Amino acid sequence: MSWSWFPISSLVTKSALHRPVTRLYPGERRAAYARTRGHIEFKINDCTFCTICAVKCPTVAIVASKQDKTWAIDYSRCILCGNCVDDCREGCIELKTAPWPPMLAKEVLTFRKDYEGPQPPSGVAVALPVEKPKTS
Amino acid sequence: MSNTTIVPFGPQHPVLPEPIHLDLELDDERVVQALPSIGYVHRGLELLAERHDFIEMANVAERICGICSFIHGQGYCQGIEQLMGVEVPPRAVYLRTIWGEISRIQSHLLWLGLSADALGYESLFQHSWRIREMLVDVIEETTGGRVIFGVCKVGGLRKNVDDAVLKAVRGRMRDIQTAFNEIADVFRQDPTVKKRTVGVGVLTAEDAHILGAVGPVLRGSGVAHDTRKLGYAAFGELDWEPVVEQEGDCYARCIVRVREIDQSFDIIAQCLDRMPAGEVEVSVKGKRPKGEAMFRLEQPRGEVCYYISADGKKNLARFRVRTPTFANIAPLVHMLKGCELADVPVIVLTIDPCVSCTER
Repeated sequence: MSWSWFPISSLVTKSALHRPVTRLYPGERRAAYARTRGHIEFKINDCTFCTICAVKCPTVAIVASKQDKTWAIDYSRCILCGNCVDDCREGCIELKTAPWPPMLAKEVLTFRKDYEGPQPPSGVAVALPVEKPKTS
Repeated sequence: MSNTTIVPFGPQHPVLPEPIHLDLELDDERVVQALPSIGYVHRGLELLAERHDFIEMANVAERICGICSFIHGQGYCQGIEQLMGVEVPPRAVYLRTIWGEISRIQSHLLWLGLSADALGYESLFQHSWRIREMLVDVIEETTGGRVIFGVCKVGGLRKNVDDAVLKAVRGRMRDIQTAFNEIADVFRQDPTVKKRTVGVGVLTAEDAHILGAVGPVLRGSGVAHDTRKLGYAAFGELDWEPVVEQEGDCYARCIVRVREIDQSFDIIAQCLDRMPAGEVEVSVKGKRPKGEAMFRLEQPRGEVCYYISADGKKNLARFRVRTPTFANIAPLVHMLKGCELADVPVIVLTIDPCVSCTER
C-alpha cells in the first residue's frame, strides 16, 4: 500500500479544522470591491436629456425623452457595461458597488424632471419601445 | 445481423455542464461508434454582429462563452484593431495578457473540479472550486465583474488598474498558487484519479494532428502546438514554453491542465514584473474597420479563430468564430470508439466541452 493517498488526507484534515469557507448569505456578506459593478444610479437634476446614454446602450435598457423630460432604465435589461457612465457629459449616471437585489418581475424606474427631487417613483412600469435592429 | 444497441447520452447528463448529445452504438458494454449532435443552445450571436455597432459588439462577443469571456472579447477587439491599424498602449497589452491568463487558470480549475466530480471524487471537486472562488475575487477586484469582465474595448481597456491593486494581486496570486499546489499533488498522485484516467481514451499524436485537435487535447498527445507562440498580446516578450505530455490519455490531458495552471501563474508574475506605465486606451473615434481579418488566440480549451469582414460601415459585414470545442468533437468521436460505457463521461469531459461557444 503506497502513501499516495496522503495529499488529500492532509487537505481534508486541514479543512476539518478550518472555519467554513462559505458565507451564510444573505445574513453574512462580503464588502464589495471599489470597482464592483453593482447597479446604475441616476441623478435627474443634472440631466440635460441629450439622450447619448440611450443611443450608446447596447441592450436598449435606457429610454430617454427630450420632449417629455423623462429618463427610464429597465434593470432587467441592463448588463452593467458602463457605456452610459463613460459617455454622460454631465456625470449624472454612476455605477454603484451595491448589487441590485434579485428581481421577481421586470423593474423599470422612470425619472421625470418635473419632480424636482432625488426621489424617483420606484417600480413604475412603463411600456417599453419596440427594439429595432440597428443599422448604419 | 448486427447485435448492437443504441444508447442516448445527453443532452442532460449529471457530468455534462453543457448540452451535447451522443448516440452511442454499443456492443455489450463497449462503444462501437458515437454520433454527436448539437444545436440546443444556439443564440445567433454571429448574425447579431451584422446588426450592431462594431464598438457595442465587444459586449456581445464577451458573452459568447461565460468561462472564457475575456478572451472572446480580447480576440474580437484585437481583430478590429488589426483592421483599423490601431496600436494599443503597452500597459493595456500587458493587462490583457494577465486577465487572459487569469481566465485560463479559472477555466482549468473549473474543469479540474468537474472532472473530479465525474470521477466521483466529491472532496477534490469542492477544493478545486474553493480555490477558483479565490481567483474570481481577484477578477472582481481588478475588473468589477465576476464572470463577464467587461473591461476590453476596441482601442484598449475601459479603465486602468492602479499599481497598488496590482501589488495586492501579486500577493493574492501567490496565496492562490500555494493553495493550488496542494490539490495539484492530488491530481498527480492519487490512485483514484489514476485508475479512472490512465490508459483511457487514448489519442495518438498522429490522430490528434489529422483530426485537427486543439489545446490541451493536442498537447496531451505530445504535439507542442500553442497559439500563444504566435506572440499576440505580450506573449512574444515573455519566457515560456508550451506544456506537453506524451501519453495521449485522459490522465495526460488532466496533467497538461494542471501544469498549464502553474505556467499561467508564472506568466502573470512575469507580466507584473514588466508592467509598463502609461495610458490604457487610444481613441478610435471616427475610424471604421474596412477589409478582412483572421485572428487566432489560445483559449483555455484550445485555439479559437476569428474571422472579421467589414466594409467601412458601423456594423460588420461578417463575423465568424471557430471555437476549440468544435475542433475537438472529431477527436472525441475517435477517442470514444472501443471504450467502455462507464468511461464515456470521463472521456467527454477531458475535451472540456463548451457547447455555448460551439453554437454561439
